[in-house]
Amino acid sequence: MNLLQRYKFTLILTAVMVGLYIFNESAGVKAFFLTLDNIGQMLAILPAIFILVGLLDVWVPKETMVKLMGQESGFKGIFIALFLGSAAAGPLYGAFPIAALLLKKGARLAYVIFFLGAWSSTKIPFILFESANLGLKFTAIHIGVSIPSYLLIAYLIEKMTSKYTMTTLYEKAQVDM
Amino acid sequence: MTGIAFYSIALMGLLASFIMDKNKTKQALVKAWKSFSNILPQVFAMMIFIGISLSLLDPITITRLIGEESGVLGITISLIIGSIAMIPPFIGFPLGASLLEGGAGYPQVAALVSTLIAVGVITLPVEIKYFTKEMAITRNLLFFLACILFTLIIGQVM
Repeated sequence: MNLLQRYKFTLILTAVMVGLYIFNESAGVKAFFLTLDNIGQMLAILPAIFILVGLLDVWVPKETMVKLMGQESGFKGIFIALFLGSAAAGPLYGAFPIAALLLKKGARLAYVIFFLGAWSSTKIPFILFESANLGLKFTAIHIGVSIPSYLLIAYLIEKMTSKYTMTTLYEKAQVDM
Repeated sequence: MTGIAFYSIALMGLLASFIMDKNKTKQALVKAWKSFSNILPQVFAMMIFIGISLSLLDPITITRLIGEESGVLGITISLIIGSIAMIPPFIGFPLGASLLEGGAGYPQVAALVSTLIAVGVITLPVEIKYFTKEMAITRNLLFFLACILFTLIIGQVM
């Protein structure tokens, strides 16, 4: 029963896909294979990320993370966020579990948001690929505009966040999801 | 390729961890499994939704929508498609390149490519689960603004 409840949306959307197949056979088949493809891509990255997050959770003491990315870590925290976000590749949903772990270990909110910004723009593994496809100038502007704006946004979000949400956020991160 | 890198690092980490402390490693794996299975319902729903959307909205349709001379409307459509769609970069960048070849302007492509990763309407349920509703919505809105800024600058420079 609980399982049905949890997979409610999965079941509803599967029904929609079946409906699509009845209504438009080729679109339905295409949707099915695209979904399989998406799940394959997800499995190619997400389980490994969760294993890494699990290992970091067990091995990295909170004090270490606070020192590296905490309230008082200053430029160090910014650079580590930039490095962590840029070194990785993959969809943003892969970054959420990592960001949650950073919060759990006491990283400063602004740096965690900046990490998400770096993840979604400056991706070292993709820089060559992006410039091969869209040109070096395009890529350089992409990164040049993204880094300062995401840094600004990171501080802005931290400033805008109410004390209540901030508390909820860090409490949420404490619980193993 | 990305997957191989992540799995290699995870595997090496597991091995090192196992040598140092068996119990801690087990604890880490239990945590990993718990988090993974917890997020799985949202992820599955997301995957099916993307599958259905992309089956109806293929690259040819996209090219038609934001192709030649589509101007501000084309940019707006690109921003919206990019924010909703979830196309991985290794498909998104070549798609951008083929759009350019097909006659789309740089601003339209910039709008699409930047929002594809930075803004996620479909991933919102997952994001809310981790970061509260307020935070997830604020982040997406502001990241969306950053993408508009990037698009405008590309429009000026290129």
